[in-house]
Amino acid sequence: MPLTGKNAGDMDHRASPPGPFPLRTRLAALAGRSLARLSRRAGRGSGSVVGGHAILAIDRSALARLAAGRETFLVSGTNGKTTTTKLVAAAVSPTGHVVTNVLGANLPSGLATALASGPRGAPAVLEVDEAWLPRVATQLGPSVMALLNLSRDQLDRNNEVRQVAQRWRQACQEASPSLVVVANADDPLVAWAASGAKRVIWVGAGLRWKADATGCPACGGQVVFAGASDSPLRLEDEPLAGWSCSECGLCRPHLDVLLDWRPGGGHSAIVVHGTRHRLSIGLPGRCNAANAAMALAAVAASGRDAEAALVAMARVRDVAGRYATVKVGRASARLLLAKNPAGWAEVFDMLSPPPAPVVVAINARTADGHDPSWLWDVPFEQLRDRFVVSTGERGLDLAVRLHYAEVPHAYVPGLHQAVEAAANNPGSRAPGGPDPGVIEVVANYTAFHQLLSMTGRRP
Amino acid sequence: MTVALVYPELLGTYGDSGNATVLVQRLRRRGQEARALTVHADQVVPATCELYVVGGGEDLPQELAAAKLRAARPLHRAVEAGSVVLAVCAGLQVLGERFAGPDGRATDGLGILDCVTERTGSPRAIGEILVQPAAEWAGQGLPVLTGFENHGAVTELGPGCRPVGRVIAGVGNHDGTVEGAVAGRVWGTYMHGPVLARNPCLADMLLSWVVGSLGPLDDTEPEALHDERARLGSLERRLGGPVQEASRWARLRRARSGQ
Ligand SMILES: [Zn+2]
Repeated sequence: MPLTGKNAGDMDHRASPPGPFPLRTRLAALAGRSLARLSRRAGRGSGSVVGGHAILAIDRSALARLAAGRETFLVSGTNGKTTTTKLVAAAVSPTGHVVTNVLGANLPSGLATALASGPRGAPAVLEVDEAWLPRVATQLGPSVMALLNLSRDQLDRNNEVRQVAQRWRQACQEASPSLVVVANADDPLVAWAASGAKRVIWVGAGLRWKADATGCPACGGQVVFAGASDSPLRLEDEPLAGWSCSECGLCRPHLDVLLDWRPGGGHSAIVVHGTRHRLSIGLPGRCNAANAAMALAAVAASGRDAEAALVAMARVRDVAGRYATVKVGRASARLLLAKNPAGWAEVFDMLSPPPAPVVVAINARTADGHDPSWLWDVPFEQLRDRFVVSTGERGLDLAVRLHYAEVPHAYVPGLHQAVEAAANNPGSRAPGGPDPGVIEVVANYTAFHQLLSMTGRRP
Repeated sequence: MTVALVYPELLGTYGDSGNATVLVQRLRRRGQEARALTVHADQVVPATCELYVVGGGEDLPQELAAAKLRAARPLHRAVEAGSVVLAVCAGLQVLGERFAGPDGRATDGLGILDCVTERTGSPRAIGEILVQPAAEWAGQGLPVLTGFENHGAVTELGPGCRPVGRVIAGVGNHDGTVEGAVAGRVWGTYMHGPVLARNPCLADMLLSWVVGSLGPLDDTEPEALHDERARLGSLERRLGGPVQEASRWARLRRARSGQ
């Protein structure tokens, strides 16, 4: 169904037949693919980065040329990029005839590799690092751009989250009029950025972590949130529901799409222009229902059928190892990724109930951000009724956080040993229960990848 | 004893509420009463708390917080009455005479600390920082302080305040020589971490300014974190990242060069 009246439904997603790439681009793509293959054979990861650097070194316009003639979806935001990208890709092409960067290589090098390796003419669904989005969007000329959320993350690199919002806003203002921006209206930073675009589909996807959105992005005044935006809101409540700035009047835009989230066995739904679509999803938690709402809005914006999209999205159960259950020694562990306070705000109610133990693994490598002071913005006090094992290269920072949060815990440096320590802790067993079952392991980015490769699931 | 956390939604970017948590917990664990009072941006900051924590923030919220605190002068009155203030990063800049506002122009601070913060165009100071405290505090047993700095402006001290100490690794106020601004019971610093989580002795020193001498505490983990950061901070600053990551690349390079 068309989303923005007469115009969005007839958007041309059957791109014109691809002509030949210029010779330079073909050479660049060939060199990149070969380098990536060599790098993979040498056991150095996917080779996506080194291959992409080669492509961009040979042809600086490679991104634009490789994307020309394709229907391109870009997905960006602080949290949920990889999952939303996977959902959109599944819905856009259930048969897999799609170009996508499923491994999270979301800088220009990774995008170049994905575009050079995927089938010619196939639609591209790409997650893009939030700081790089404006430059990438200029080069790729996407037809749909999904903006999920913005919050503090890797502050040693993205010094100010509102600066990122400012650059997004400029990119939206300067984009081609044919671009449809799909934006989370519940996030004031995103709403302000997207309101610069000519065509916007506003999604009420909710926002749990609000600490980065209390200062108005337009004027610095105080943003006031009405009610909890993750509770079921009615479309009739607009525009009072949601949020507004007490100084300049910036407020949540009228919604086109709404997530009606019903936790605990209720039937959640995504409402698209007044039509309810029952949500069935293979991924846990409110945040993934929000990702599905954003993905559905993006897919519907391209003129595709919403029901068919939901069926395809429901089949996605594992996103680059997230939510997977793996064997660690004799214990079973379920892997969850949380890399910033906003991510953690969504993780707490995904955990199996106490006294189930939790292992938390924290690193502070470049991809994580070198400054783990964000741990103090996470309400770890919520874990007081269980045993927590802190681990990872910055496990001591976490242990001190847990110490002052009065959470029973132990610091165990090795990831493997940490999971076993949680499994063997007698206090973690339910009364009469034989064993603690699956151990919940929450890790930030590079710690998560260490866990995956440790358990043989090379991402 | 009340620890006021001032405007966390404006000045609380770097886990700054952690400093208030640490102060309160360290008193409670010694059997003394303490509470944290979060003062939101639409509330009045009381002038009667014993201790204030003012954290780091982005340019626009920083300017807004400064305007609010200049108008009602709660911190001026509290400092005159002898309260202790821990001001971190943007907090330090706000307490100074002037700081660089959102577009770089000079903005009035509170004038509680005799220092001026300007943007000079020098690259942002980001990374681990180690500081040898000045003799006065080192003599009271304050060890090397560890933290993480992330600021784009430079701070010059006037005669009315002294630095926390000498920079061992990192940039500090300006050029890698000194860090922080202290006057009376106002402790301004660029160190996040949060700083009191990484430096339990500093937390106790600030508390002792309010309640007098303090008994011992089980500090196994806070001390272990302090020692780990003190040991690695200088190396990580030179490497521009964590030692673990760097050593991985060093191993790879050695493997490739056949050593
Ligand atoms: Zn406003």
